[in-house]
Amino acid sequence: MPTTAPTAHALSDVTASDGSLRRFLHGLPGVDAVGLEARAASLGTRSIKTTAKAYAIDLAISMVDLTTLEGADTPGKVRALGAKAVHPDPTDRSAPATAAVCVYPDLVGVAKEAIAAAGGAGKVKVASVATAFPAGRAPLEVKLADVRAAVAAGADEVDMVIDRGAFLAGRYLKVYDEVRAVKEACGTSARLKVIFETGELSTYDNIRRASWLGMLAGADFIKTSTGKVAVNATPANTLLMLEAVRDFRAATGVQVGVKPAGGIRTSKDAVKFLVLVNETAGEGWLDPHWFRFGASSLLNDLLMQRQKLATGRYSGPDYVTVD
Amino acid sequence: MSDKTVKTERLSVFKTYKLYIGGKFPRSESGRVYEVSDSTGNWLANAPQASRKDARDAVVAARKAFGGWSGATAYNRGQVLYRVAEMLEGRREQFVNEVAAAEGLSKAKAAAVVDATVDRWVWYAGWTDKIVQVVGGANPVAGPFFNLSTPEPTGVVAVVAPQESSFLGLVSVVAPVIATGNTAVVVASEKAPLPALSLAEVLATSDVPGGVVNVLSGRTAQIAAPLAAHQDVNAIDLAGADEALAKELEIAAADNLKRVLRPQPVDDWFATPGIDRMTAFLETKTVWHTTGALGAAGSSY
Repeated sequence: MPTTAPTAHALSDVTASDGSLRRFLHGLPGVDAVGLEARAASLGTRSIKTTAKAYAIDLAISMVDLTTLEGADTPGKVRALGAKAVHPDPTDRSAPATAAVCVYPDLVGVAKEAIAAAGGAGKVKVASVATAFPAGRAPLEVKLADVRAAVAAGADEVDMVIDRGAFLAGRYLKVYDEVRAVKEACGTSARLKVIFETGELSTYDNIRRASWLGMLAGADFIKTSTGKVAVNATPANTLLMLEAVRDFRAATGVQVGVKPAGGIRTSKDAVKFLVLVNETAGEGWLDPHWFRFGASSLLNDLLMQRQKLATGRYSGPDYVTVD
Repeated sequence: MSDKTVKTERLSVFKTYKLYIGGKFPRSESGRVYEVSDSTGNWLANAPQASRKDARDAVVAARKAFGGWSGATAYNRGQVLYRVAEMLEGRREQFVNEVAAAEGLSKAKAAAVVDATVDRWVWYAGWTDKIVQVVGGANPVAGPFFNLSTPEPTGVVAVVAPQESSFLGLVSVVAPVIATGNTAVVVASEKAPLPALSLAEVLATSDVPGGVVNVLSGRTAQIAAPLAAHQDVNAIDLAGADEALAKELEIAAADNLKRVLRPQPVDDWFATPGIDRMTAFLETKTVWHTTGALGAAGSSY
């Protein structure tokens, strides 16, 4: 279900005013919800076995943003997480490292040190949520200060949340300007992930609009959710966002990454998402640089499946680390 | 129209026997079934033929249920098990028929088996809050300490149910496992799985939390092998495994030091079983507490 690709010329104009941005976003083709869900479901039925499964599991591990976003996060927990990100399976050093550790801004320094101590400096990134995560309800200045603090502490990636209130009220340019400002605050050192909180956008049309809006504003990654609401990443909304990044690259030549987050807990789910990526965006996105899983419990399940493939015996939670 | 014609015109309603995993009744993940016949070879029903993935799912369900079930008070577990006996009593006729067909018994003998089975549930229900006093207690030690031993459930127990005694034998091995707070993955008798699958329906309607007992039917050797090798299974009861299979399973079980209960010849399932099957899946935890009393020189409060 390809969207009609706007020309590059058209795209440079659309952000000129609130009106033109609205016209562009509302001019995007509507989403066939039934078709989208059916497509996502049918891609989920692919059977991935043996060597392909082993490859998929290792790829999925290398795409995990190992996340802890709790009020109760302690430096000790973040240190443990950092060590785990570098060596996910202490009993098997052939297990790949995860892509990143994702924490709150005040713990970026701790995460950075922990990763360096485990020998993963430069290999495992530190991502920080910012902009008054997860609600995003704070004045712009506060949000930008949040971002600057994270970047100053050494965050390689910044996960911002959009102002859903403004988006739902139709004030697209405000959202656009905010993403631009945050992108500027990230500078050249940090990649920007833009979280839409798809569970709060209520329609697939809105998710498509938000995806284009985020990409126009300079997002390096578009991300489904914070993991803090009832509905998080689903195959359907991720498929929709994968279509958006595919079409955006076709229109502008700029590649943007996708990160489903929240609710992906099993290897089976993760492999289904990889099938979606391959079949929608293409192989170009099958890389930790362009596709991530925002997850915490997923990693343990991937490791247990990995152990099962290696030994032929089903593994159990006693054989992976406790988060 | 006489009553007789009405009866002959009625279509038969066959029962689809299903697995019992995590409180739900799924078909086998493999989609396979196998034919179950009575003792004279007449077809009775198709039973699901569970695969190793069903076994894996059952272990996940059992592990999930373990915290709640082992954490429930012994008194509460006793009530729940007694409830199972009550529900079983209400479906006595059905079980008499199934046991008679499965084991080739007369109705009277099958009824005796079912009654003994109900009594067995009641017997184990009574044990839940007594076993701790019997096998645990305060130990005398040479120091100013309280030293207390308490039996604790082992965890997820795979149970290979007896092949011949499809109902009384089954309950005699499952009830002691769950009475003490373990959760169970049961491999039903390969030849006569129907009473076990019907028992699952009783468990589902008698306050036993989903996942505490999971029932799989199919080729015993096929299902038991992945269970014996499973790293998240803490113990295995080999009651229904023949000598060769038991040896193979015991070797596989050694890998993560599972507790293994070897097959033991049972001449008479009707006999009072004793507490051995309960203690087989209990681990003793011993703790030391200072008594709080000071030495001779101090105050005695």
